[in-house]
Amino acid sequence: MIADLKSEFAPLAPVAIIETDYQVKGYHLDVEVGAGQVVAVAELLDRRGFFLESITGVDWLGKTPIANQVEAAGEPAAVADSEADAQDGAAEKSAEQMEVVYDYNHTGGELCRVVVRCRLERVKPEIPTICQLIPGANWHERETHDFFGIKFLGHPDLSPLLLPEDADFHPLLKDFKV
Amino acid sequence: MSDLARSQNQETFVLNLGPQHPATHGVLRVKLTMDGEYIAEAEPVLGYVHRMHEKMGENRTWAQFMPNTARLDYLGALSYNHGYVKIVEQAMGIEVPERAEYLRVITVELNRIASHLLWFGAFVLDLGGFTPLLYAFDDREHILDLLESVTGARLTFCYFRFGGLYNDIDDDFITGSRAFIKRLRKRMPEYHDLVTKNVILITRLKDIGILPAEMCRKYGATGPVLRGSGVNYDVRKNEPYSVYPELDFDVPVYSECDSMARYMVRMDEMEQSMRIIEQALDKLPAGPIMPEKVPRMLKPEPGDYYSAVEAPRGTFGVRVVSDGTNKAYRLKLRSPTFSNLSLFGEASQGMLLADALALMGSLDLVIPEIDR
Repeated sequence: MIADLKSEFAPLAPVAIIETDYQVKGYHLDVEVGAGQVVAVAELLDRRGFFLESITGVDWLGKTPIANQVEAAGEPAAVADSEADAQDGAAEKSAEQMEVVYDYNHTGGELCRVVVRCRLERVKPEIPTICQLIPGANWHERETHDFFGIKFLGHPDLSPLLLPEDADFHPLLKDFKV
Repeated sequence: MSDLARSQNQETFVLNLGPQHPATHGVLRVKLTMDGEYIAEAEPVLGYVHRMHEKMGENRTWAQFMPNTARLDYLGALSYNHGYVKIVEQAMGIEVPERAEYLRVITVELNRIASHLLWFGAFVLDLGGFTPLLYAFDDREHILDLLESVTGARLTFCYFRFGGLYNDIDDDFITGSRAFIKRLRKRMPEYHDLVTKNVILITRLKDIGILPAEMCRKYGATGPVLRGSGVNYDVRKNEPYSVYPELDFDVPVYSECDSMARYMVRMDEMEQSMRIIEQALDKLPAGPIMPEKVPRMLKPEPGDYYSAVEAPRGTFGVRVVSDGTNKAYRLKLRSPTFSNLSLFGEASQGMLLADALALMGSLDLVIPEIDR
C-alpha cells in the first residue's frame, strides 16, 4: 500500500515524500506538500478510504524545522560538516515558518498512517480548507486557528472553538506571552 | 413532517441546551434551532472547561506532564496514562518489563469496565430510568476500591511511569479482581433482563440515531461509535501494542448503526474486558515492574512521533515534536470524543429533541476530554 501511495502522490509533486520507521515514529509515510496541494492530497487519501485523525500546527519561530531526512541508499549518515552547513542555510531561509500537520489513518486491512505536512510563512499563515471534502476537518481547523492563528481559506466559521468567544490571541505561538 | 406543515409554519426558535444541563454530562452547550419538537440545526458550543493542556505540555518536563493526562478523560484516565508513556517510551526506545505490561493491561481494562459502567448508568438515566444507575455505581465502586489500593487514586490516576509502573500489586488485588469479575458476570444477565430487554429502552434506541459507517469515516469517529456502525476497528487489534496480542479477546461489532448498536457494543466490551483481565491474571509473570535503567533526564531524539491507544471512547492519539530537550516542543492530544461529537450537528438534523438526547448519550461524552 505504501508503494502504491507513493506512486499516486508523485503527480502532485510533493516537496518531500519519506518512508519512516513505524516502530519509532508511529507512522509510515511522511508527505510534505505546498499549501496549494493539501486539498488534492486530501481528495486522494479520501478516495483511498482514509479518515482524518487530527489536524494541528507547529510554530517554528527562530528554529530550523525538524524534519525526517531521506537516507541515501547504502550510504551512512552525511558527514557532520556538510550537514551543519546545510542546516545553517536552511535556518536563514526558514526561520519564520509554521507548519500544519494532518494525520491520516485508515480502518480496513493493512495498517498505514500517513502524515501530511505543509510549511507556511509565519507572517501570513494561510492554507485552503479541506472541510468541504472532509467535514470532520471543520473543528480541527478551527482549533488550529484558535491556537496558532493559521487561516484556513474558505472555512465557513473560524470563530473561537475552544478559546473564549472574544479571544484575539493564539496561545501556542512561541512568542505568546500571558 | 409533511411539506405542507413545513410551509405553513416557517417559524423556528432557538433553544439553549446546557452548558448546565444533566443530559450534557458536564459543561457542553448545544445551540439548537428548533422547528417545533424537531431539530432544524444543532451547533455544539465547546470550550467551557478548556485548560490548554497542550501549552502546559510545552512548559513542563516529560515527567511533570504525567498528572495532566488523567485530567482529560477522568473516567478512563489509565488509557491516557498509557498513551502518553507509550509515546515517550517509543521515542526513547525504553524497554518495559513484561510484568509491568501485564499490569498495565489489567488496570486499563478494569478502568474501561468502570468507565462503561458509569456510561451505562448515566445513559439509562438520560432516558428516564433511575434504578440502573444505582446498580452500576455499586459495581463500579468495587473497581475504584481495587484501583485505589494500587494506584493511590480513584479517578485521576498517575500510575504509569516511563518504562513501567509506580507500584506493584499484592495478593489482595488479585483475589479482589477475580471476585469482582465473578460478581459482574452474575450481574450482566441481570442488567440485560432489567435494561437491555426493556421495551421502553428498545423503543427509544432501536433504529434511532443512525450513524452510517461513511459518516463516521468522514468525521473521524472511532471507538464504540464506529464499531456500532459495523466497522471492525480497534487499536488494540489493528495496531497491537503492549501485551494485547498475547491475549485472546473479540472486538464486538454491530452493524445496525443505531443507538441500540452502540449500547450493545459497550455492554459486550465489558464482557471482553473481563476475559482480558482473567487471562492476564493467569499469565502474570514474576519480575520487576521498572526496567533496571531509565535515564533520569528524558531527552528524546529530535523529531516528531505519533502514538495511539484504544481508550474507552475511541482512539486517543498523542503527537509529539521533540527538539531534544527535557520538554516537549509541541504536544498534541487527539481525543476521541472531539471527533465523535463533531458529527452530532449533521446526525441530529430533523430528529426529535428527545431522540437527539438519546443519540448524544450513546456517544458517551466526557467534556474535559473534548475541551482539553
